[in-house]
Amino acid sequence: MVKEEQILANRPDNTAFTQQRLPAWQPILSAGIVIPGFVLIGLTFIGIGVALFVTSKSIQDMEIDYTGVETDSDCYKCTDKDVKNCVCQLDFNIPSLIEGPVFFYYGLSNYFQNYRRYGVSKDDTQLSGDLDNFKTPSDTCSPYDTDGGKPIVPCGSVANSMFNDTFKLYRHVNGTKKEVPFDGKGIAWWTDYNVKYRNPDVKPLKDAFEGTVKPLFWPKPAYDLDPADPNNNGFINQDFLVWMRRAALPDFRKLYRRISQGDYARGLPAGNYTLDIDYNYPVMSFKGKKKVVFSNVSWMGGRNEFLGIAYLVIGSLCIIMSIVMLIVYAKFKFPEED
Amino acid sequence: MDFTLLRNLISRYCVGEEIWLDSRTVYIGHKEPPPGAEAYIPQRYPDNRIVSSKYTSWNFVPKNLFEQFRRIANFYFLLIFLVQLLIDTPTSPVTSGLPLFFVITVTAIKQGYEDWLRHKADDSINECPVDVVQQGKAVRTQSHKLRVGDVVVVREDETFPCDLILLSSSRHDGTCYVTTASLDGESSHKTYYAVQDTMAFRTEPEVDSLHATIECEQPQPDLYKFVGRINIYKDKEEPVARPLGAENLLLRGATLKNTQHIYAVAVYTGMETKMALNYQSKSQKRSAVEKSMNAFLVVYLCILISKAVINTILKYAWQWSPDRDEPWYNHRTENERQRHVVIRAFTDFLAFMVLFNYIIPVSMYVTVEMQKFLGSYFITWDEEMFDEELGEGALVNTSDLNEELGQVEYVFTDKTGTLTENNMEFIECCVDGNVYIPHAICNGQILSAASSIDMIDSSPGGYRREHEDLFFRALCLCHTVQVKEEETVDGIKRGIHQGRPTSFYISSSPDEVALVEGMKRLGYTYLRLKDNYMEILNKDDEIERFELLHVLNFDSVRRRMSVIVKSSSGECLLFCKGADSSIFPRVVSGKVEQVKARVEQNAVEGLRTLCVAYRKLSESEYQEACHRLNEAKLALQDREQRLAQAYDVIERDLVLLGATAVEDRLQEKAADTIESLHKAGMKVWVLTGDKMETAAATCYASKLFHRSTQILELTKKRTEEQSLHDVLFELNRTVLRQRSMSGLSVDCLDFGLIIDGATLSAVLKANQEGAGSCNYREIFLEICRNCSAVLCCRMAPLQKAQIVKLIKASKEHPITLAIGDGANDVSMILEAHVGIGIMGKEGRQAARNSDYAIPKFKHLKKMLLVHGHYYYIRIAELVQYFFYKNVCFIFPQFLYQFFCGFSQQPLYDTAYLTLYNISFTSLPILLYSLVEQHVTIDKLKRDPSLYRDVAKNSLLRWPVFMYWTCLGVFDAVIFFFGAYFLFDNTTFTSNGQLMTTNTQMMFGNWTFGTLVFTVLVFTVTIKLALDTHHWTWINHFVIWGSLLFYVIFSLLWGGIIWPFLNYQRMYYVFMQMLSSGPAWLSIMLLVTVSLLPDVIKKVLCRAMCPTATERAQTVRTAGAPEGCVAPGAADGGGGSIERNPLHPGRTCEGDSGEKKAAKNYESTMSHSHSTPPGKPKGTRGHHGRREAVVAGSRGRVDSTVLSPVPQRRERGLLSPPPGRRGDTVTARLRSASWETTGPPGRRRRRGRPAPSRPLHAPSLGRRIRLLRPGARDLRVNTSAGLW
Repeated sequence: MVKEEQILANRPDNTAFTQQRLPAWQPILSAGIVIPGFVLIGLTFIGIGVALFVTSKSIQDMEIDYTGVETDSDCYKCTDKDVKNCVCQLDFNIPSLIEGPVFFYYGLSNYFQNYRRYGVSKDDTQLSGDLDNFKTPSDTCSPYDTDGGKPIVPCGSVANSMFNDTFKLYRHVNGTKKEVPFDGKGIAWWTDYNVKYRNPDVKPLKDAFEGTVKPLFWPKPAYDLDPADPNNNGFINQDFLVWMRRAALPDFRKLYRRISQGDYARGLPAGNYTLDIDYNYPVMSFKGKKKVVFSNVSWMGGRNEFLGIAYLVIGSLCIIMSIVMLIVYAKFKFPEED
Repeated sequence: MDFTLLRNLISRYCVGEEIWLDSRTVYIGHKEPPPGAEAYIPQRYPDNRIVSSKYTSWNFVPKNLFEQFRRIANFYFLLIFLVQLLIDTPTSPVTSGLPLFFVITVTAIKQGYEDWLRHKADDSINECPVDVVQQGKAVRTQSHKLRVGDVVVVREDETFPCDLILLSSSRHDGTCYVTTASLDGESSHKTYYAVQDTMAFRTEPEVDSLHATIECEQPQPDLYKFVGRINIYKDKEEPVARPLGAENLLLRGATLKNTQHIYAVAVYTGMETKMALNYQSKSQKRSAVEKSMNAFLVVYLCILISKAVINTILKYAWQWSPDRDEPWYNHRTENERQRHVVIRAFTDFLAFMVLFNYIIPVSMYVTVEMQKFLGSYFITWDEEMFDEELGEGALVNTSDLNEELGQVEYVFTDKTGTLTENNMEFIECCVDGNVYIPHAICNGQILSAASSIDMIDSSPGGYRREHEDLFFRALCLCHTVQVKEEETVDGIKRGIHQGRPTSFYISSSPDEVALVEGMKRLGYTYLRLKDNYMEILNKDDEIERFELLHVLNFDSVRRRMSVIVKSSSGECLLFCKGADSSIFPRVVSGKVEQVKARVEQNAVEGLRTLCVAYRKLSESEYQEACHRLNEAKLALQDREQRLAQAYDVIERDLVLLGATAVEDRLQEKAADTIESLHKAGMKVWVLTGDKMETAAATCYASKLFHRSTQILELTKKRTEEQSLHDVLFELNRTVLRQRSMSGLSVDCLDFGLIIDGATLSAVLKANQEGAGSCNYREIFLEICRNCSAVLCCRMAPLQKAQIVKLIKASKEHPITLAIGDGANDVSMILEAHVGIGIMGKEGRQAARNSDYAIPKFKHLKKMLLVHGHYYYIRIAELVQYFFYKNVCFIFPQFLYQFFCGFSQQPLYDTAYLTLYNISFTSLPILLYSLVEQHVTIDKLKRDPSLYRDVAKNSLLRWPVFMYWTCLGVFDAVIFFFGAYFLFDNTTFTSNGQLMTTNTQMMFGNWTFGTLVFTVLVFTVTIKLALDTHHWTWINHFVIWGSLLFYVIFSLLWGGIIWPFLNYQRMYYVFMQMLSSGPAWLSIMLLVTVSLLPDVIKKVLCRAMCPTATERAQTVRTAGAPEGCVAPGAADGGGGSIERNPLHPGRTCEGDSGEKKAAKNYESTMSHSHSTPPGKPKGTRGHHGRREAVVAGSRGRVDSTVLSPVPQRRERGLLSPPPGRRGDTVTARLRSASWETTGPPGRRRRRGRPAPSRPLHAPSLGRRIRLLRPGARDLRVNTSAGLW
């Protein structure tokens, strides 16, 4: 009897799990499943690819370089370091209507916003409006944490190097230049504007910056970035927010303004235009380029032929592979056909 | 425990000098010597506590941490962690600190648990009760309280609690018997001697009155050496000094046998006992998988370093032009500028190392460990490996070798108790050529004796009568069997006797019990040993009494034992029984020829034979023998040797009486198991101490040798005729010639080699002496390599280990497995890569020393073919997948460096870096490695050849590793450049950064990284899903669950401003990304593209060169019954070969070659018989034997009339099921229990010629069409001819 109890105690549980006999679905990647699957995937991808490609083709995109490398460029004069407050003009022609809403970007190339040291050189706590960090910025901000003993606000390389060229667009209508209105609202992330970046709760805002200095490179302090709109100042200035979101790659564009108001709600009509540029931002020292871009978007975002082409290529590849597999299938009798 | 340590330390450092004294003085009973003797110096000794645990609660944390950081991987991560703490690195120390902490914690918990178990085991040993003599009384105390100098009482069958000097025993001659099986593996009884001056003590007070000291050497590990002296102080006399030797020292761990009790004094205790000094933790066995894992790791380490070096160099090359070195927007700090360029470069190198360090999968180690630990439960849980009789299932002693079970190439198995049941059954005896068979075949049970005398020869003549009586009496007297009256609760004894509350026999040797029981059935019952008189109940129910004068114990060198008895008539008789080879040379008269013939015949049938002889001793002869024996026994030096000499002199001039035959039945399904192992591509070697004929018969019965097997012999007999050199070369030639000749039908020719211990040592020895140019060892190995089965007989335990070592060291370095049940197999079990113990009748020695223990040999099949196979594919996938997913993980980061000015900018957020291996991708692979079944259990069991698919570490070879790594690199490139082209605006005239329609917001670098990371997590998880062949609900739950977890985590991580973080870079990044259409589209695209090549490769490989496994998988899905031809073979594929998916690995036993081979064997094995024995007589079966026996019981037939032929019993174990083998799967599986299906004779008649069957050899990937022309007919004819 003792023995039986012992057996009972020692006997392993007879459950499906312990005996490794759980009911299971046992799929096999066999040709019978894969070939139709490939055809299906291929067709779907080609479909998506065509749609993407066509959409992408319909997007208009105009890019103009204004770095001023060439001597005949109007901006050439501004490339000299000693020239201050240089304004240059850029004339161009839009051959056909760019359908609205039109987006106006500035682009920089060979500009490494993704340098690691550059990227970490900011103080998120300060930027969220913490007054303690106004007085003592985080040491990640070095070498732009203090200037002459006074803390820099906003501190760090990223804020310091904020893009500060400004643009005005004029359209030639019957020989006169008519300014095209820009809309600078909501060009940054909603969450950045409303949650992540905060100005300190001090009215007026200027008082909060008491005892701090503006970033070395900046012409104006942070609380004075947009004299026109008091809600666009300090850390929640839209241009500042756009700049602070670092680009992933060294050649990048950042949104500057939208053109969607008044006469231009339907887009930029064909014609001649002049762009007045306050040329402040030096790029020649690191062989960078500056560009302006006019573009519109579609349901799938901006112009990107890559995605459409990739879908088309992969879709066709799937079809080809399914044909190859079918040939192999014919040559080598598949095991399941036994 | 801590006190012990402390005390050890104190004694080491404070009393340091004493420790180094070369002798110790032990005061027996802690009594001071009388004045005048040397000064009483109390010495400190450790108490008798045994500590096998590694940690205590105090030192667990520091010691465990130290141990863990000694492991190279952990140390590596500690280094990375420290580098991150010390220098400015791209990632925070948390990224490596957290995983490291996780790994360390999990390992510490596991080790802590194991150590807790060890503590428990230690405690149970330390607290077991011991009787100590104090103040003239036996006081019960706990083992760990024993101190040096205590006098201990040990009773029969108790193990000694520490190393003791024997003072006196309950036996009047002051000896006691001991088995040292747990120390050195010898299960025979050894005699130990008390000091003459103390052996008279009988009671506790007497012992307590002893006043003596023992001087002996300090503890040392040699089990067989002890030097000491006992000084006995008697009243006012000079102390008597007696020498002490190893024969006086009882070792801890040994067991007292055949002696009621002893008194002994403790000399070495606790960790100073010889057992403890000999105890080394088993040498760590590392599996082949672990070795490849480490090799891969080295490769990855090289990749890591070269990546870091390349990036550092490129960084400085790229920064050569000043406009890139320090653009105005990214000025350096003063500190950085002042730093020397070399230091800067080195810091950069370290930073790159930190950035890429994740390519070494830290969590792989912990996952592998968890997989092994948890996975091994499936072995213990397995109900099929549970043995009802034993009440136990399989045991896992080390989980480190699970996958090695799937890699076995050589199986070394013991015979007795492993292949056979070690359940001896008396079959027959033969007196002067007349055969006696007990009428009832009862499996170890004793039937009521009165009516059961059943002799074939009923009317013997006077001379015969006399010999017959002597023979039976000899067997009743010449043994060391004891009679037990009561039922004890001991598994082994219960096995012999099925729980009947009557008396039964016990002995260390099951053969002896079988013989005595056999005698009982033949009418002579051994009753008991009382007052040195052995009592026998003879055929006429009279009690005969013999005085037992001397026992000449059995030893394995002499291979015989004797007793000297005095009959009631005052006659002195010496009875001797032993192996034929040791008896025949000592025989002077008797019917040697007849007995010899019978013995050989029985041996060929696989029976264990013993010969019995006697000698009448005249009074003077007896006195002389007595004198010799006593002299030898009392010798202080070379006692063993002198005893052996004395035995040699006494055991001569014998008269041969007869022989006995005992059967050791094959274990259930042993043959089936061996056949499966063969089909699985393993080479099975039988290593046994038995004689060649017996072993060979067992090999045939267990299908180690087939009828078609050509037997090569390398035995002493042959080497006596020819020189070893010639024999070796000849065999080698034969093997090579056959191999070259065989050509296509390579599978059909298999060789079996028989070698004996003497020749083996000659082969090995010749090599040691460097015998000229010819390397015997190499030739021997070459021969072995070409043999599918090898039988090594007459092996000593150490030789078994030698053989294993030899094969292990051969140039292919095959994975070896040793399986055995006895203490003599321990050396081989420890030597082999995987040691398996059978929980047998010879104690737990083998099981305890093994890596895995199973109840029966048949369980080996499931253990290897199912569990081993599963563990291997599971861990192989685990290892490869881990490397793959870390390449996928880190390579994009490497590529990103080219686009961020080599500034060590991480691509992924810290949280992702940290959690990728810990939580996002760890559970699916862990689960996969626990429950994956690429083929069902049934299929694996049914088709052993699937095992070949994983042989030789095939899933972890370099090409496979390269494939996985390349796949990882490919996927990484797809991830990175996919995202790159999506974000980039130079190559394609794209719209710059990804932008969403409704809000037109720009994405930054963290979105870029998150996109890559999302694609990465989905790709690697789905890749695993594609590899999963066994989708239980848990798999669904874990795989989809872990993807869901990733999404939820990301939403959470980006959804809240985390107050404890000083950066908020991930805020809303994931949500913003998901709000963009192109991101979704590109995730879909990139995941598909990454998986495409792997899917295509799988499908094409499956189509073009399917492995046996893949074929087996397909059969399952198709659900097609065997032989079902698929419809719509529209392709009409050229040369469509009809395949039988269930028999891919069929070998061609059963073609006409087998007849020849069998004959071949006959000619080698049978020398003097008219009937070829050992021939697998497929047509006669177990039932035949029963019938013969029953017939014998009805009418007593004269054995002279019964020629051997009709009387030959067919043992079930000898006959493979005839005819139908291989016809159906079921028939093959049933092979061991075929007797249930009816008399074999009928089956034979039913047997039809096998249909011609196409065969193919999957391992060679070649398809061979072989026909079996009427094999069955041939065999029938053969058998008929033999009849």
